Amino acid sequence: MTAYLLLLISTALVNNVVLVKFLGLCPFMGVSRNMDSAFGMGLATTFVITLACAATWMLEHWLLAPFGLGYLRILCFILVIAAAVQFVEMVVKHSAPALYQALGIYLPLITTNCAVLGVALLTVQEKMGFVETLVYGFGSALGFTVVMLMFAGMRERLALARVPAAFAGAPVSFVLASLLSLAFMGFAGLNFQAP
Amino acid sequence: MGLLERFFKPSWGVHPDDHKRPAADVPLRTLPLPERLYVPLQQHVGGPARPVVLAGQKVLKGQLLAEAQGNISAPVHAPTSGRVLAIGEVTAPHPSGLAQLAITLASDGDERWLEREPVADPFALAPEEIARLTAAAGVVGLGGATFPAAVKFNLGRRLKVSTLIVNGGECEPYLSSDDAVMRVRAAEVVDGLRIVMHAIGAANALVGIEDNKPEAIAAMRAAAAPFGDVAIRPVPARYPMGSDKQLIQVLTGKEVPADARAAEVGVLVHNVSTCAAVHRALRRGEALVERIVTVNGGAVRAPGNLLAPIGARVADLLAFAGLAAEPARLILGGPMMGTLLPHANVPLVKGASGVLAFDAREAARPAAGPCIRCGSCTVACPMGLLPLEMASRIRAGDLAGATGFGLSDCISCGCCAWVCPSHIPLVQYFSHARGELAAGERARLRNEATRRLVEQRGERLARDAREKAAAAAKRKAERDAAKAKAAAATESAAASSAAVSAKAVSP
Amino acid sequence: MLIAILSLTLLGAVLGLGLGLAARRFHVEGDPLVAQIEALMPGSNCGQCGFPGCPGAASAIAAGSAPVTACPPGGRALAKALAEKLGIAIDLGQVADAGPRIAAVAEEICIGCCRCIKVCPTDAIVGAAKQIHNVMREACTGCGNCVERCPTEAVTLQPVPVTLQHWVWPRPQLAGA
Repeated sequence: MTAYLLLLISTALVNNVVLVKFLGLCPFMGVSRNMDSAFGMGLATTFVITLACAATWMLEHWLLAPFGLGYLRILCFILVIAAAVQFVEMVVKHSAPALYQALGIYLPLITTNCAVLGVALLTVQEKMGFVETLVYGFGSALGFTVVMLMFAGMRERLALARVPAAFAGAPVSFVLASLLSLAFMGFAGLNFQAP
Repeated sequence: MGLLERFFKPSWGVHPDDHKRPAADVPLRTLPLPERLYVPLQQHVGGPARPVVLAGQKVLKGQLLAEAQGNISAPVHAPTSGRVLAIGEVTAPHPSGLAQLAITLASDGDERWLEREPVADPFALAPEEIARLTAAAGVVGLGGATFPAAVKFNLGRRLKVSTLIVNGGECEPYLSSDDAVMRVRAAEVVDGLRIVMHAIGAANALVGIEDNKPEAIAAMRAAAAPFGDVAIRPVPARYPMGSDKQLIQVLTGKEVPADARAAEVGVLVHNVSTCAAVHRALRRGEALVERIVTVNGGAVRAPGNLLAPIGARVADLLAFAGLAAEPARLILGGPMMGTLLPHANVPLVKGASGVLAFDAREAARPAAGPCIRCGSCTVACPMGLLPLEMASRIRAGDLAGATGFGLSDCISCGCCAWVCPSHIPLVQYFSHARGELAAGERARLRNEATRRLVEQRGERLARDAREKAAAAAKRKAERDAAKAKAAAATESAAASSAAVSAKAVSP
Repeated sequence: MLIAILSLTLLGAVLGLGLGLAARRFHVEGDPLVAQIEALMPGSNCGQCGFPGCPGAASAIAAGSAPVTACPPGGRALAKALAEKLGIAIDLGQVADAGPRIAAVAEEICIGCCRCIKVCPTDAIVGAAKQIHNVMREACTGCGNCVERCPTEAVTLQPVPVTLQHWVWPRPQLAGA
C-alpha cells in the first residue's frame, strides 16, 4: 500500500509530467486562462490518461509482447488514445456544451498530447504491473490537473496585475511557468526513506 | 453586544477630521430670497414629476408645480410666490454636468402662501391618511437618499416595523445641517418622529446622534423628555455612522442581510430633517419648499447653516456666505459621498444637506499610485468587503468577478478611498462598474422588449394577411352574389321583356 | 506479418464499433449552445450581420464561423456577453461601437411615403401616407433598414443622447500606465 502511495506522490509531484518532464505543454499554456476550463481540461486528460494506461497495458502484455509486435507499439497506442479522446469528446459535448466550446481545439488535441503517449510508453519501459500502471497513470494525470489549476489560478491573478507592456500576455506567462517549474524541481529533494 | 465585540471593538469606518465647527456653532441664518429659483422636476429617487403649471402662470408659495408620476415619485412645490418663467433644461446637480428639466420661477418678493390646511391632531388620522398627506407635501428622505418618505411609511406598515430609528448621525465631515435642525427645531423633530411612528405603527423610536454634537443631544433630550417611547441614544462619532445599516447595527445589534431592506429586520430609518419636514407637512400644512443647508469649506468666508428655498442656485448661497478664495472644488452634500458640481450655477435640491467650497489645499488630491495590497481598505470597509479585489477586477474589465466580491453591497461611503495610501479612487471604480452593470441590464431588457416587438409585428403581419384574405374572399363572394343577382335580373328581365314582346306580338 | 495485420485490423474494428455505439448513445440533437446564444441576440432579425436573421447568426457564432462581434446592434455589450458564454477572450477595443444609435426622421424632408414603416423589424416608426413619420425611441434598435429605404434621405442614425439616467462614471485613468 505504502508503495502505491509513494508511487502516486512521486508521479504527481516529484516527476510531474508538465513541470519536470515537460510533457503536455500545449494545453498547459493554451487552456489555462481561467480555472474552470483548466479544471475541465484536467478532468478530461485524467480520464484519457488513466483509460489509455489500462488499455495499453493489456495491449502490451496480451498482444504486442506475446507475438513480438513491439515495433507496432506507438501505432497501437495512438489508436487506443485517439479512440478514448473521441469518446471523451462525445461525452463532453453531450453533457457540458459550454465546456466543450471553452476547451475548443484543445479537446481533440489531447490525442497528440505528448503527456498521454509519454505516460503510456513510460509504463511499458518501466515494466510495471497492471495496478502500478494504473496508479502511475492516475498520479501523472493528477499532477497534470494540479499544475493546470495552479497555473490557471495564477494567470487569473496575473490578468489583474499591472504587467509592463513588453511582458504582457504570453511572455509573463512563460516566466511564471518557469518559476513554477523551478518550484516543482524542489520536490526532487523529498526523502521517502524512513530515517 | 457579544463578549467578542466587547474586547475587539469593531474596526470598520474611519475618523476623518470633522471640520464641523465653527460652522455648526454659528446661529442659523436665512438666505435672502433670490430673484430666480430653478426647481428641478426630479429631486428624488424614482420617476420625475410631471409639470402641472404653464409658463407665465402666477403661483403662490407652496402651490403644486409638478405632480408625482408613478408609484415611486414625489411632487414639487413652488418655493415662493411669483410667476413661472419657463419649463426647460438647467444644469443638474450631478457630476456629469448634464441638463435636467426644471421649472424656473421669478419671485415677486411677497412670499404669499397658498391656503394652508394644518391638521390639528395627526394622531387621530389613519396611518394611510398621514402617508397621503406626507406624499402630497413632497417630503423625501432629506439625509441624501431622497427616497419618497410616504413610500417608506407604507412599506414599514406592511412589514410590521416595531422600531423607528431616527438618524441624527450626520457622520460626514463639514456638514452640520442635521445638527442645526436638532438644535433649533428639536420639538418639531420629536413631534415629527412621533407622527412617523404613528404612520408606520412602530412601538418605540431610537434617535441615534453622534457624540460630537452635545448641544443637539441636550436639545433633543429636553424635547423628548415627556415621551417614554422616544429614546435619545448618543453613538460614537465614526464615519459612516449615518449609514442605515451601520446605525441599525450599533443601535439595535441587528444586522441587515445583504439582499434585504432594513424593514425586513423590523426597523425603519428616517432622517431627523425628514421628521421635521413631516411635522411641517401635517401640523402646518406646508409642503417641503425649503431646507437647512450647511455652507462650509475653506473657500467660504462665513461658513454656517442657512435656511434656503429649494431651487436657489448654489452660487446664491455662496455669494451670501461670501467667498474668501476662488473655490477649487464645489461639492453638493458631504465630502465623502457628495456630488461633485461642474459649476455653481446649479439649483439646490431637496436632498442637498450641504454646499462645500474647497480651497486649493483641501481639494488637493495626490495622483493615484499602484495598489500595494496593504489591506487598509478591507479594514475600513463598513460592509466587510474587499475593495482592492473589486477594484483590480474592475480595472481588468471583469465586472462579473467584482460582483462576486459583493459589489452590489457597496454603499459608496468612500472609506476605502479615504484610507488608501496609494490614493486610488476606489469609489469611482465602483460607481463606474455599477453604471456599466446597470447599462448592461438595460440593454438586456431592451433586447427582450425588442424580441416582443418583433413577435408582435409578426402577429400583426399574419393578422393583416388573414384579414386581407378574408376581406378579399368576402368581396369575391359579394361580387359573385351580385353577379348572380345581376344575371338573374337580366334573365328575368329578358324573360319579362320576352313575355312583353310576346305579349306585344301576340295581340 | 499476418498476425500484425490481423491484430491491427481487429483493434481498429473493435474501437470503431465502440465509438459508433457511443456516438449513438451520446447523440446531441441540434446544438443547445445555439439556443443559448440566440437568447442573447437582439432578435430583430435585421440582417446587418449578413446572416439570415438572428437564429442564422447564432448558429454561425456557435460554429465559430462568425466572430462574436458580428452583431452591430448588439454592440460591445453583446460581444462581451457572447465571449463570456463561449469562454473566449476578445479585445473589446477592436469592436467598432460608436455607442447605441437610433433612427431619427428629419421632418422637413420626410414625404410620408411609408416605405420605412414596412421594413422596420420592430414597428418603431409611426406615420401614415402623406404624413410626417416619427421614430419611437424606446422601440428602435438602430438596425438601419429604414435608412437604406428612405427615398429622400430623411432618416438618419443618430447617437442616443446621454441622459442623467444613462450616464456612467468613467473608469479612472491609471497614472503612468
